[in-house]
Amino acid sequence: MKRLLVGLAAALLLTPLLAAAGTPMPQLKIENPGSCIAPVPEMRRNHMEMLKHTRDRTMRQGIRGEKASLNECINCHASKTTGSVLGPGGFCQECHTYAAVKLDCWDCHQPKAGNPQAVGVKP
Amino acid sequence: MSEDRIENKSRRSFVGAAAVAGAGVGVAALAPGLKLIEVAGAAPRAPGEPASSAVRWGMLIDTTKCASGCDACVKACATENGINETVKDARQGSQWIRKIDLKDPKTGQEHSLPMLCQHCEHPPCVDVCPTGASMKRADGIVLVDRHICIGCRYCMMACPYKARSLVHMPLTEQNPLVPRGQGCVEACTFCVHRVDRGQEPACVEACPEKAMLFGNLNDPASEIAQRVAKEKTTQVRADLKLNLGVRYQGI
Repeated sequence: MKRLLVGLAAALLLTPLLAAAGTPMPQLKIENPGSCIAPVPEMRRNHMEMLKHTRDRTMRQGIRGEKASLNECINCHASKTTGSVLGPGGFCQECHTYAAVKLDCWDCHQPKAGNPQAVGVKP
Repeated sequence: MSEDRIENKSRRSFVGAAAVAGAGVGVAALAPGLKLIEVAGAAPRAPGEPASSAVRWGMLIDTTKCASGCDACVKACATENGINETVKDARQGSQWIRKIDLKDPKTGQEHSLPMLCQHCEHPPCVDVCPTGASMKRADGIVLVDRHICIGCRYCMMACPYKARSLVHMPLTEQNPLVPRGQGCVEACTFCVHRVDRGQEPACVEACPEKAMLFGNLNDPASEIAQRVAKEKTTQVRADLKLNLGVRYQGI
């Protein structure tokens, strides 16, 4: 019995280590630290709700200049090397891969900061 | 309390005196008053303020000035809205605005004109949309909410002006202000992101002949309202009684 308990305790202690070995924690680099629109825990918990409400108000009622804006997220959080919030180590993709949450914002929205020059139709 | 009243009275008398002084000048005095309405329609809205139904955005196109070979508006639209994908078949490409050449076979009379979303007051696309993605903003701009568009294309069939297109392939390099993506229907937005900043649509700005005029149809002081009141303009398929935001002159 005693041996079993010791074994159990060892297993419990080891679990986090094993999990850490299996799936590395996301290594986030905050490009502009300390200046976000809300405290970090709130942003982690609620950023999707903020963006969702903003998207509906902006799209359907034409309200501009809201507190939460996808373009502003990108302008602050896009990597200084790749210019994007995607890719390995990218601000959005790093966490979403870890949490296995599919990101489809970028099918339509531009993941890079700045305004790339569009060139017109090429039929 | 009494001081307040005195202050109010003096303010009132000041305003009254200003009005009288203004009335003496006649038309020039009317202009500042009218200008206030004009500014309310044309200036960028304050952040947080929704689009208002006091404004009805519209466009007047003078086809007598529109040259047959010119496609400056089409190019400006593509550049502004990030329409830069390569398509195998040109018919599958996005056409937010296109140039149309018309010829009366009997008289030989020729016209060239840009055709775009007409921003109807009673849009058939909004009526048929099963998800509510097709919508009309309070200021009369008809848009597609791509967040809930399922790409069923009912609106493309309902539109009498063939103004909508579907994006068939995955896209990259969009304009950050104009999100576009595969599987969604899209159309001219009157460059809503520019209009909200107080600018005019890209096609209007790019027209070398100044054949396109953009403004608030509800504001009697705006140039577009005055021209629509004074000159004979045509709504394409006026028999459908959709009350279009885009009017043509000279056809």
